[in-house]
Amino acid sequence: MANTKSAVPFSGTKIQEEQLRQVIQDYKGQPGALMPVLQKAQEIYGYLPIEVQEIISLEMDIPLEEIYGVVTFYSQFNLNPKGKNRISVCLGTACYVKGSGDIFERLSEKLGIKSGGCTPDGKFSLDACRCIGACGLAPVITINDEVYGRLTVDDIDMILQKYGA
Amino acid sequence: MYRSHILICGGTGCTSSGSARILQTFQDELTRYGLNEEVKIVKTGCFGLCAKGPVVIVYPEGAFYAHVRAEDVKEIVEEHLLKGRIVRHLLYEETAQEDNIKSLDQTDFYKKQKRIALRNCGVINPEDINEYIAYDGYQALGKVLTEMTPDDVIDVLKRSGLRGRGGAGFPTGLKWSFAKASEADQKYVCCNADEGDPGAFMDRSVLEGDPHAVIEAMAIAGYAIGATQGYIYVRAEYPIAVKRLTIAIGQARELGLLGKDILGSGFDFDLDVRLGAGAFVCGEETALMTSIEGHRGEPRPRPPFPAVKGLFGKPSILNNVETYANIPQIILKGSEWFASMGTEKSKGTKVFALGGKINNTGLVEVPMGTTLREIIEEIGGGIPNGKKFKAAQTGGPSGGCIPASLIDTEIDYDNLLAIGSMMGSGGLIVMDEDNCMVDIAKFFLEFTVDESCGKCTPCRVGTKRLYEMLDKITKGEGTLEDLDKMEQLCLYIKDNALCGLGQTAPNPVLSTLRYFRKEYEAHVIDKRCPAKVCKQLVHYVVVPNKCRGCTLCTRHCPVGAISGEVKKPHSIDLEKCIKCGACIDQCKFNAIVKE
Repeated sequence: MANTKSAVPFSGTKIQEEQLRQVIQDYKGQPGALMPVLQKAQEIYGYLPIEVQEIISLEMDIPLEEIYGVVTFYSQFNLNPKGKNRISVCLGTACYVKGSGDIFERLSEKLGIKSGGCTPDGKFSLDACRCIGACGLAPVITINDEVYGRLTVDDIDMILQKYGA
Repeated sequence: MYRSHILICGGTGCTSSGSARILQTFQDELTRYGLNEEVKIVKTGCFGLCAKGPVVIVYPEGAFYAHVRAEDVKEIVEEHLLKGRIVRHLLYEETAQEDNIKSLDQTDFYKKQKRIALRNCGVINPEDINEYIAYDGYQALGKVLTEMTPDDVIDVLKRSGLRGRGGAGFPTGLKWSFAKASEADQKYVCCNADEGDPGAFMDRSVLEGDPHAVIEAMAIAGYAIGATQGYIYVRAEYPIAVKRLTIAIGQARELGLLGKDILGSGFDFDLDVRLGAGAFVCGEETALMTSIEGHRGEPRPRPPFPAVKGLFGKPSILNNVETYANIPQIILKGSEWFASMGTEKSKGTKVFALGGKINNTGLVEVPMGTTLREIIEEIGGGIPNGKKFKAAQTGGPSGGCIPASLIDTEIDYDNLLAIGSMMGSGGLIVMDEDNCMVDIAKFFLEFTVDESCGKCTPCRVGTKRLYEMLDKITKGEGTLEDLDKMEQLCLYIKDNALCGLGQTAPNPVLSTLRYFRKEYEAHVIDKRCPAKVCKQLVHYVVVPNKCRGCTLCTRHCPVGAISGEVKKPHSIDLEKCIKCGACIDQCKFNAIVKE
């Protein structure tokens, strides 16, 4: 459990904690409640630092190691916060055969970060993701909730500029 | 009564390219011209022809407008809706004929399709239950509850020959009969909407375009096996599908089509949506159930099978979205109707997500037994840029590559297995001569290494070793011995892995080795990548008689690897070159090539 602590200090607010406790109340007693609670918790905090997992553990009476096990199993749960602009490059098959690998490399090179990384100023984080189902637009990337499709490597600079890179 | 209907595609593909803004602009323009009472806007699910998106269809003429931009809306409203003149230059080219328009079902893309699972996609507004009901929705449920016994239902399914559309092709009726035979105080009906195969999006489109079909079928399943609760496990990556499902479940509850005492029959059934969290292995049935229970989504050994001991330890069935989408139609139209389509052992139709190097990317539904050639050349409109078809990949990371020599294979469950691939959930990725088969195998292995849950050794360690050998080969460091070792390891993993993920993980390697061994050998013996994809095996060189010495490339080379005098052919220092491709992108004379 080397990296249970996030590199970024935890800065959860009282309001967030109240929201989380409310969510737990809503789901408590339902079979299989842990997954939806974790998903809501990530919506509230943006990620799932150990401090948040501890609250869930105490409130739901589930051992912390079990919660940590679930959080680290699923790729959508993050132990570390994401950048202000979350970039995901689809490396699904349809996008890959149309060159999304090159697009990923260009982004990685431009931002100086690898998959799962975040720029030091917290502006961008970069992830490789599996199919988002927009295969008709391949190759695609998403930035926050915006989808950019039918891209070539040359489009990257212009798109990054839009987000102030 | 409306005199015209504007159907706007609200599927993920078209939404991603701005169909929401188009819808808003249509609303504004209609209001401006006071047409709100005469023209109705309907946001539908996927039309299927994603390559032409965003798509707008105007009825009664059936004018199919392709690649619509918000700027085009004004013209469509003013010309078409106000003056009755179809805007020809915005039409999908194939439908624009001299004096009239070709109807959609006559176009190459739609002509050979037979839509059952997709029948309502792109036709109704998925967020309005009344539209589904108007298209015979919930009639099958009514029929089942009032006229049929659970055994009748299972019998119809058995005789229809419906097999699981998730990929493995297990007979659905048989599965249900096992679950019905298990005695328990509680049983569950589950729906697998964890569409994890990269490149497959048919389940998503059904959920987005026709969510009620799945809900209705699950209620029918509940009645047949004696379950009162169902769960739909959806990928969290599909926000639109989740939203529409949630709306649909709410509307069904309101009308008493879910909940207590459905249609006064005394039958209770309710549904909950559970979101996945990004784990491919959760598409495996036991792993999916473990995940709904709130644990790490690891599979467990079978038996006991879920029909005996499944979700929360109770008898359960799990079917795929597309399987469910077929069921209401089978109940209404009968098993003979369904069994009349398809091949001897694979009945009905199959939806494919057509992607990759193909002109008409999108969603197609064809009768089983349609050949790969018909799908690629006729429906798919062939390969773009005059390139040559090299292979089609079906079944995602569990499937294999079908070479051009087998393009006339009739697609059904058994034929695909026989040629070393599998149906899978229906992703069909087309590859041309620019795709390297070793690289593709490596791509899939990277995926399975990443997604292996780690519970069993053959999968956890075996896929990793396979990946390492492939990586070696793509770097030009492989030996012929590696090829044999790889083959052995593949067979070992197939025989020993715990679940479907591991057992099928070697398929991409085995099938490419089988059909493209020469390409592997080129990497190993000649240290050459024929498709010029594997970076370490490709060199960038200047073609002297094409180079004008404009120096553009020298200025763009990030490592200063290109040198030469002005107006004289340049040369590339292979030692320094990092193969970034910047020079090729810049050169205006095609004077730099990979070899």
